[in-house]
Amino acid sequence: MTTLKPAAGPAPAPADGSAPPLVSVRDLTMTFPGKRSATGRRGAPVRAVDGISFDLAAGETLGLVGESGCGKSTTGRMLVRLLEPTSGSITFDGRDVTHLSQGALRPLRRHLQMVFQDPHSSLNPRQTVARIISDPLLVQGWAAGDARRRAAELMDLVGLIPEHIDRYPHEFSGGQAQRIGIARSLATSPRLVVADEPVSALDVSVQAQIVNLMERLRRELGLAYVFIAHDLSVVKRVSDRVAVMYLGRIVEIGDKKSLYEDPQHPYTRALLSAVPLPDPAAERRRERITLLGDPPSPAAPPPGCSFHPRCPKAQPLCKTERPALTVAAAGPATREVACHFPGD
Amino acid sequence: MTTEVLTTTGAPLLQVRDLQVTFTTPRGRVRAVDSLAFTVEAGRTLGIVGESGSGKSVTSLAVMGLHRDAEVGGSIALAGQELTALSEKELSRLRGRKMAMIFQDPLSSLHPYYTVGEQIAEHYRVHFRSGRAAARRRAVDMLGEVGIPEPARRAGEYPHQFSGGMRQRAMIAMALACEPELLIADEPTTALDVTVQAQILELIARLQQERGLGVVMITHDLGVVARVAHEVLVMYGGRAAEQAPVDALFADPAHPYTRGLLDSLPRLDDSDDEPLRAIPGSPPSLREPAPGCAFAPRCAQAAAGTAQDRARCADVRPALEPYRSPDRLVACHFAGVPADAAGRTPANVPVPGPATVRPQGTDPDQEVSR
Repeated sequence: MTTLKPAAGPAPAPADGSAPPLVSVRDLTMTFPGKRSATGRRGAPVRAVDGISFDLAAGETLGLVGESGCGKSTTGRMLVRLLEPTSGSITFDGRDVTHLSQGALRPLRRHLQMVFQDPHSSLNPRQTVARIISDPLLVQGWAAGDARRRAAELMDLVGLIPEHIDRYPHEFSGGQAQRIGIARSLATSPRLVVADEPVSALDVSVQAQIVNLMERLRRELGLAYVFIAHDLSVVKRVSDRVAVMYLGRIVEIGDKKSLYEDPQHPYTRALLSAVPLPDPAAERRRERITLLGDPPSPAAPPPGCSFHPRCPKAQPLCKTERPALTVAAAGPATREVACHFPGD
Repeated sequence: MTTEVLTTTGAPLLQVRDLQVTFTTPRGRVRAVDSLAFTVEAGRTLGIVGESGSGKSVTSLAVMGLHRDAEVGGSIALAGQELTALSEKELSRLRGRKMAMIFQDPLSSLHPYYTVGEQIAEHYRVHFRSGRAAARRRAVDMLGEVGIPEPARRAGEYPHQFSGGMRQRAMIAMALACEPELLIADEPTTALDVTVQAQILELIARLQQERGLGVVMITHDLGVVARVAHEVLVMYGGRAAEQAPVDALFADPAHPYTRGLLDSLPRLDDSDDEPLRAIPGSPPSLREPAPGCAFAPRCAQAAAGTAQDRARCADVRPALEPYRSPDRLVACHFAGVPADAAGRTPANVPVPGPATVRPQGTDPDQEVSR
């Protein structure tokens, strides 16, 4: 199993400069051209991700949470360079990968892998599991026999029966198909796996299996994850640090435990209070912050703080001036918040 | 209001008994729902919880009489009136008027070519034979009541101009325009963001209180059930695993499946120190129903029992029986026995043997379905 170990050992160091981060993102922006209407005229461009920055240490898990349209999936796709950022930079292991060509990216691809939401639609129905898992290895120049042996090893690693290597995706349940997707992502011994809603399409009783599997793999292989999800309970479970996104920006980022126990941004507070707890007595006791309205469209973001139209604490300043992401004076030192009036 | 009529008849708002829904497919007959019974009273919410294939949505469609190709057996009575005996025409008079349904995806229930106001007004006109102007006023009133700002203007807009949350509000407005007594909500917030979900759940609760609605809330989310339900029906493999008042269910889950689900959830109030206690395996296929308990192959309780216990779980279907109090029912041979059943009976030594036991040290989710 030693072949499964990546080059770097598991060293989940905090990204405070003590060790160089595995991934470093600075002012990352992604602007999509506006949709063409029936008359052929283009709408306003959509800034899906608007200047975000964060570091990720080797072996660390960063949870990205937020509602639909907040830019979390776009961020994930830029990190593995399925999308080329409009501006800003992504540094992977000290190397700027922001605008590398597909050819120049290929040797790096083995370190940057992705797990998708819908396990069945992300697996080719006409390929056997052997082919699906070994494909990334063949691209990296492995011999067919070695790649097949490696695929069987990986199936064992993710809890599938290696004898099923010649079966097709439809012969597997949703949870097993997601295991195949995870095995494929691990084939090349990556150092970063971006998982975009990896459990939200699965049955509730199967989600815990996949969460446990991903945690075990991280421990054994020293992987770094960017775990994208809208389910705050799942993100809390798997993450070391969590970034909360709203309309293309990070509004709060910090150590998981402290962020969930003492959220500083009004949006984080509202988001946490909106999650229904599986405990009727606690639900009746709880005071909920109910936000009005829907998240605004990224095509027409409000001026100032983009959260101000829904914010229960909004002041005149919030309508005109965009708050920067900084360590709040009254908040914990490990936390950055983009709010003029953080905390209570 | 209509609830007064109900109290005079004395019958519960909705009473379902021995419900069976069977589909005939090219690959044989599939019994999607079997031996299901429940009641919903006016002003109360029944939460139906289950995973894919549990039969929860099939049940709601059966109540609405929306299964054209399925055989529906048993009894469904709405305020004392038997629905299974009605003709399609009689049913369509009740649908919308006495009982209404909202779905996960509002776009699939709203016609893209008509304005939202027109659709609500049309619905109202059909049931009340009112004039166009009155129906139009009713539509605007309803949109206002479900919290859509500027209802008069929004009534003239098309569904695609509404956001997801606003569409779900519009669908609720349409469902409630004809003052139904029963509202069936099938995963109404699953496609919505969590902050919008909170708004919609609050809206349904308010309308229920104002109108004395009986609500059936179908969901896979135990948090949603804990928030809105008074009674809960947990379904597994097309049958009731457990039925209980909401507090009792969460405080003392009787069925190993309910207990397993609650144990496996990541929670906001959890320390995250230990791995989640996952349920092994996947939900069962309805094509080849097990002769015994549908949950037996995944059940920790069954696996920890003696060979005899395991055989009983695998071969004998447990009946739904009262548990600890008359308002609780559970279908399990070993209901309420602690899951670490090593000390369950004096002579209880786990015996290796039958197929329900998984080899140690291998991962649980490894059986390939079919």
